[in-house]
Amino acid sequence: MNVKSELGDSVETILDASAVDRAVKSLSSEILACVGSRAIGLVAIQRGGLALAERLRESLPNDQRLPLGRVDISLYRDDAATSLPDPRIGPSQIPFDVEGADIVLVDDVMQTGRTVRAAIHCVLDYGRPRRIWLAVLVDRGGRELPIVPDFIGETLTLPASDRVDVDFHPGAERVTRRAR
Amino acid sequence: MSQLPSRDLLEIDGLEPQHVTAILDSAEAFLEVSRRPVRKVPTLRGKTVINLFYENSTRTRTSFELAAKRLSADAVNMSVATSSIKKGESLYDTAKTLEAMHPDAVVIRHPESGAPHFLARHLRCAVINAGDGMHAHPTQALLDAFTIRKSLGRISGLKVAICGDIAHSRVARSNCALLTRMGNDVHVVGPRTLIPPDFEKAFGVTAHDRLEPALQDADVVMLLRIQRERLGEALLPSLREYARTFGVSRALLDRLAPNAIVLHPGPMNRGVEIEPELADDKRSRVLDQVEAGVAVRMALLYMLIGESQSSRAPT
Repeated sequence: MNVKSELGDSVETILDASAVDRAVKSLSSEILACVGSRAIGLVAIQRGGLALAERLRESLPNDQRLPLGRVDISLYRDDAATSLPDPRIGPSQIPFDVEGADIVLVDDVMQTGRTVRAAIHCVLDYGRPRRIWLAVLVDRGGRELPIVPDFIGETLTLPASDRVDVDFHPGAERVTRRAR
Repeated sequence: MSQLPSRDLLEIDGLEPQHVTAILDSAEAFLEVSRRPVRKVPTLRGKTVINLFYENSTRTRTSFELAAKRLSADAVNMSVATSSIKKGESLYDTAKTLEAMHPDAVVIRHPESGAPHFLARHLRCAVINAGDGMHAHPTQALLDAFTIRKSLGRISGLKVAICGDIAHSRVARSNCALLTRMGNDVHVVGPRTLIPPDFEKAFGVTAHDRLEPALQDADVVMLLRIQRERLGEALLPSLREYARTFGVSRALLDRLAPNAIVLHPGPMNRGVEIEPELADDKRSRVLDQVEAGVAVRMALLYMLIGESQSSRAPT
């Protein structure tokens, strides 16, 4: 479905609500199957990863609700000199022991890999995990660092200038792409 | 888009409430960094911060040094006893010499009011005032505001009593400026000889020469150190007399609002500003202030150095 946004550029829905739901469910079952019963926790990359991590957590069986932490990577960016227009730093908080644990990093959209690199660095400042896994809802390609997700909801190949937005509003979940 | 109005932090004047809030919000994130197993983030890697201290100061200098180091900046301390400042170099020549070393920020403490402003006019890098004469100590006021907000959940609509040698205190001036700006009811109390006549009008505060009315139902009590080195006989006959009239006792603390807190910028004179055992009262937030100091200074370095770069970068 293509619609014109108020800016005049084209907005395309890549995943609708049911597709988002399916992707989340398949991600959570893959995570469970792979990391099994080891001590693990989810760590969301602020801010986009948080809503996805909460969904992943909800879709796990009651007795396997993983603890959920979050990291804000503002302080670990490699492009501090050209950073975001709003550099307000969100809270980082990991409410479980990172030492020796299996940790699943969660982000909504992955592109260059620089955000994930920064998040890994941040997690390592809390301790030495046994292993860090990576789950993303959309892998849109365009890597600039050698980082590969372990769990992927949807794989796309998009021009670098396209914008991908993930909306987790209950009932209106969707992933859209805007060409620029 | 910079969150702060200036590349320097010289005084509270010029900061609007939203700037204060932005600094305190950032400091929350940095407080968490100081509680991690690895208390260091790579944010200001490759940046240099010079601490230029013309007055002795252990805590403020240590706090700034830790703040810079926890952000991975290189911190260099220059103090008066070990430098050419002792050899008669003027502040102008010192500024030019520092400039040639390409620092990203200079933190200055100086016995003369206005010295940081002078430095800021001659340096391209950020200048942070760590206390100048009797004029201003903005990072102390910000860390006090952070401690108050953390303890009481807000930083407006509070009754705050600042007690002691108001006249000689840059801490009092910066706190009055910040707290009135944020919408608090600020009272200053001390011997009449230690409150300048125009102080009430200049800062929009209420002055008292007795503790009782100032402390009645106060949410925050801020005690100032009696600076023995600054007292002449004419202003205050003896510390013992001061302690009797202006030392805070348990009976006085009972007048405070139920969840009130007690602050002190340190170092504390136990038995002078406060009865010795009350210094460890559950209402005391003195150690929280120290922890807040590092977090607030990290936030300022991040916002002044990190962002001065981004605002100049091409988009």
